[in-house]
Amino acid sequence: MTTTQNEQSNRKNSSLKLELSKPAMPKVEPYKQTAKDIALKPDLFLSGHRACAGCGPATVLRLVTKALRGPTIVTQATGCMEIVCSIYPYTSWGLPWLHTAFENVAANASGIEAAVKALGKKGKIKQEHIDVIAIAGDGGTYDIGLQALSGAIERGHDFLFILYDNEGYMNTGIQRSGGTPMGASTTTTPAGKVLPGKMEKKKPLTEIILAHDIEYVATATPYYWKDMMSKVQKGLEVEGSAFLHIFAPCPRGWRTDPSRSMSYSKLSVETCVFPIWEAVNGKRVLSIPSKMYALAPQKKKPVIDYLEGQGRFRHLFKPENKHVIDQIQQATDNHWQKLLKQCETTIR
Amino acid sequence: MSKQQQYHGSGWKNLVMAAVSQKPSTDFLTGDWKTFMPVADFEKCVTCLTCVMLCPEGAARLDSNTGKVYFDLNFCKGCGICAAECPTKAIVMQIPEKDKAEE
Repeated sequence: MTTTQNEQSNRKNSSLKLELSKPAMPKVEPYKQTAKDIALKPDLFLSGHRACAGCGPATVLRLVTKALRGPTIVTQATGCMEIVCSIYPYTSWGLPWLHTAFENVAANASGIEAAVKALGKKGKIKQEHIDVIAIAGDGGTYDIGLQALSGAIERGHDFLFILYDNEGYMNTGIQRSGGTPMGASTTTTPAGKVLPGKMEKKKPLTEIILAHDIEYVATATPYYWKDMMSKVQKGLEVEGSAFLHIFAPCPRGWRTDPSRSMSYSKLSVETCVFPIWEAVNGKRVLSIPSKMYALAPQKKKPVIDYLEGQGRFRHLFKPENKHVIDQIQQATDNHWQKLLKQCETTIR
Repeated sequence: MSKQQQYHGSGWKNLVMAAVSQKPSTDFLTGDWKTFMPVADFEKCVTCLTCVMLCPEGAARLDSNTGKVYFDLNFCKGCGICAAECPTKAIVMQIPEKDKAEE
């Protein structure tokens, strides 16, 4: 088959009408789904969104929509993923979707959940239960949206909050956020003669959320997609607030090659920069990809493997900044050892 | 028509409650963003579906009839994640032939 024929046959498959009119997949229990079942499910985060090539958060949202269990309403704070999916007059969502301002996505989700409950009591909606998902980037969670999020989970609203963490305000021009790691060069913490990038550590957000004593908190990364999707399903099943912190590489802001964004997602776990775990009722359990490095510490890679090739850490490889790499390694090791102690009872 | 009506149209009561996007983004083809396109070698492909899961565009898809992976080049932005992550290295990024002809 020549390329043109191939393209023509592909074009037939690409219209939305076909996608939405596809018969629903036979109902398989979420935990028994094979990769093939998941692959054949139609995407509800549609193609044609205008994210950069190689966007990590776009992969995250695609996989999240494939892990849903029933009727769902999505609300999204301002951020990269909100911009790329809602450029007028197009929308990339095959779900009811509501945009809100940067700071109040969690408040919005609590409102939706309360409205659904009230309408259900009055008998105005047919659905027995509607899941509510709030999605925000690291700016909308670490910095601007923190008070709304803290309030919503304190009130115990039944929703899943998904944070896609690309470590900066990438959409507005790569500014520093509370989620930016130490040593990273951004436009507001530029690396130069005086400072080697951002000097402060990343805010321990998941610890703050965990301190609220909610039922389900987890961290995930899209390279381990099966793990991530099962965490989304668990978060939706919880009756109460659930929080999911997803690490999503951004090739534009991290100044990496677009094809490598998923390998950085993998490296973040291999070097223990971003260990993945879940906490059910406050009890932490390391997820299998990270547990491997707890059981076999010799396999753990040095942080330098993760820093290499990222333009935002390029200045650290100059001789005068070598000490920053040691500092990052030290901080990562400390964080990892602390986490191991917290998960001690569940390893082995 | 009074001047006020001219400026404000038919009045605020007739405005929609919020800005509503009417068109699906599948009408907006992003395929022309790419430089390289993925080409799969089906002798090496083991249908592990890594490319289908990790593609940010949803351009790598599984054909339910043939059971094979295909790429929707109307949306593929040519990032090369599929080629980089393929465990059997069955996907190669190539310059499309029509672009070669232009050169």
